[in-house]
Formats: sequence, C-alpha cells, structure tokens
Amino acid sequence: MREIDSSEVTALVSRLYQEANFALPPDVIAALKSALAREESPLGREVLETLLENAAIATSDRVPLCQDTGLAVVIARIGQEACFRGGSFAEAVDAGVALAQEQGYLRASVVSSPCFDRNNTGNNAPAILHTEIVDGDEVSISVLPKGAGSENMSRLAMLKPADGISGLIDFVVETVELAGANPCPPIFLGVGVGGTMDRAALLSKVALLRPAGTPNADKRLAELENDILARVNALGIGPGGFGGTVTCLGVALEEFPCHIASLPVAVNIQCNSARRATGSL
Amino acid sequence: MSDPVKISPPVSEEKTRALRAGDKVLITGVIYTARDAAHRRLIELIEQGEELPLPLEGQIVYYVGPTPASPGKATGSAGPTTSSRVDPYTPQLLAQGLRVMIGKGDRSPEVALALSEYGAVYLAAVGGAGALLARKITSGVIAAWPELGPEAIYRFEVCDFPATVVMDSAGGNLYATGRAAYKRQP
Repeated sequence: MREIDSSEVTALVSRLYQEANFALPPDVIAALKSALAREESPLGREVLETLLENAAIATSDRVPLCQDTGLAVVIARIGQEACFRGGSFAEAVDAGVALAQEQGYLRASVVSSPCFDRNNTGNNAPAILHTEIVDGDEVSISVLPKGAGSENMSRLAMLKPADGISGLIDFVVETVELAGANPCPPIFLGVGVGGTMDRAALLSKVALLRPAGTPNADKRLAELENDILARVNALGIGPGGFGGTVTCLGVALEEFPCHIASLPVAVNIQCNSARRATGSL
Repeated sequence: MSDPVKISPPVSEEKTRALRAGDKVLITGVIYTARDAAHRRLIELIEQGEELPLPLEGQIVYYVGPTPASPGKATGSAGPTTSSRVDPYTPQLLAQGLRVMIGKGDRSPEVALALSEYGAVYLAAVGGAGALLARKITSGVIAAWPELGPEAIYRFEVCDFPATVVMDSAGGNLYATGRAAYKRQP
C-alpha cells in the first residue's frame, strides 16, 4: 500500500481550484479563438473578443475569470493501492475547497439546508465529490468549478428506447433552446447517455472534463457529437445570446450500458468560462 | 454599429425611452448591486412603507454577486448573474422609479410590460467577463445587509461600464431578433 498524507490532498485541491479560476484551459482559449474566426455576427465576435480579453485579464490581474467561482465539483480517481493517513479523504477535499476560497478570494456560493434556512456556509464547502476506485496506487484529482448559471439550465430525460437517436438529439437541442442566453453562451455540452438516472447525470459531468476539440474515440459517437453540435449551432443563439452562428463550442458525449427498457439522457451545460484543472498525487 | 450611448445615474425617463434593443451603452457613476435575497428584502421594506437602503428614482441596479476584493482592489470579479430569478420583484421596483437593470438572460413577459409602462430598459453585460468588468469598477462598498455575503447590496462607482440594450420600452428584444436573424435550417 502507498500511504498519502491527507494534507497533500488538501493542498492539491486548493491549488487546482484556484488555478482553474484564474486561468482558462488552453483548449478552451483555442476554441474561443476558432469561434472568433468563424462567427458571422459582428456583435457575436465582439463578445468572443471580450471573453478572450477577460481570460488574459483574469490571469494578469489575478481576478477570477467569473464572479461565480462555482460549486467545487471534484472528481477523484483513487488507485486501490493507495491509502490516506491523517484524516478522511472527503474532509481533506472540503478543507482544500475552503483553503482555496480564503487564499484565492473566491466567492462563498454554497448554502446549507436548501429547503429552509439557506444559510451561506461561508467557505464554499462542501465540495460535490465523486470518487472512483481504479487500478494502481496513483490518485488523480480533477476540480471543475461549476457556476449556477449553466448548471441551472441542465436537464435530464428518461427517454424510451423507441425515441432513438433522433429523440436524443431533439432533447439536447430543446435543452439548449430553452436555456437561451442564461448559461453564458457560447457553451459546452456534456451529454451522458445510458446507465440509470444518476449515472447519466454523472457521465454528463465527467464528459465536461474532456478537452475541447477531442472527439469521442468511438467513431459513431463522435459523429453523433458532431450532429448535435450542428443542430445546436443552427439555433442562432450565438455568443452572449445576442444572435450568431456559434452557440456551442463543443459536445462531449459519454455512454454506459443501460436497462432494456431505458434510454436515460442527461445534458450538462457548461458556460463559456469552462474552468477545470487536473493534478495527481 | 453606432457609437455607444453614455449614461449616468440618475437617468431620465426620456433618455431610457430613447434607447433601443441593440444599442451599446457606457455607464459612468454610482450603481447598486442586488440579487434574489436583496430583492426579497427590498420588496418587504416597500410593502411596509419603510425607507430603502438605496435610492431608486432614475437609478441603475446591477444583478451581480462579486467575489471578495483582494487587498488593494476595489472589487473582485463582477460579471452579471441570471436576471430571471428576480423577475417576480422587478415590476414593483420599476414602479418606484428604477430605470435601468443590468444582468443576463431573458426576462418574463411581466417585466417586458413593466418596461413599457415605466419607460425603463434592461441591459446585458457579457456573462463570463467578470475580470474585465471588474476593471470598470473604481470603488465598491457594501451599502446594505453585509450578512448576505455575496448577496449584499454593494454601491459601485463605475467608469465606462459596457452593456448592451436587450429589452427596451418599445417592446424590442435583442435576444429574440438576434436569434431569429441567425437561425438556420439544420
């Protein structure tokens, strides 16, 4: 067994959460630049230029890319030969989120007891933590700060197998159409297909970790991603929602086996500030 | 595209009635922030006939919950939040003289009607540009309800803060016309 001190988890989560909020990933910058070259709307191009300038300012001024520094979605792949000493893994992750909030002047956007009290927890913890046990003794942690503007526009449908691919595409397109300008387009789409309701939702979130411009390794799924992208961009919503030819910068679809009677589809919308950072221990 | 229209609060109804969806605006002067929680409290005060912690006549409200300012800075990141969450409260504030709102995303039909009735406008700032917009804010202090954290009301002094008219008092809606202009047959 490989022993890892929990304080290392805290330090890594804090570093990744801050890094994600001050620097847009290079593939996202490249996607914005490519959109600028093909966007037909002058106002749309201005929005894209503003977003690129914003990314540069966030890094140079050390001001968060977006004021909604997000719920900290943490996706951890833990090697089964690793073990943690000096406190629980989940507590170490939450401590990392709180440390990042304090050190990075990130926003405290989390309320406890959402049904009634809705009191701010004050440190942006707890994280939304997903863990997966994998081979080996390495621990890989991805932090995906997720703003509510895009998360609130996300949807899930338990389609019938008879709805088929066209029903699936229609549901994704309808989701983007209903979202309009709310999720800060141009957006990214994570689509999770199959599994159960919860698995489809998780797949759609994990799909957002895939770098922009990387198609699914499966050729048919890659074509499906392209078809969805074309349909979504035909909506005309455009950058900022002001109208334009680039509504979506990329579609990442992941699937998982499901019940003979099911076709679950989850659509997780990600905003133009598609922040994420990954590191390992 | 035409030159931006410069506005400074207090803004006259005549000025906002002349603005049209698609116009660019640069704002200089004092504006106030408010999100859902602050709106709820403002409406309670209005209904009880109590004094408000901010003026409304001719004023500009920005829907934003900024990140905390790091040392030496006027504010943290400060881009627009989704406006529709405050739609239920908006007509009452417009009735009190509020003239300009800045946010992002569509508004309800009730808000559209109230814009016509009171001669107000709804502007969008670029969502996702909080770091850039922070540079346009020269000072930021909490004006009310610090216990609300990011949902407190802040008094911002802004200089050439950029926004675009999305909904005007004549029923114009840039989101609708923009989308229609670029909608394609897939």
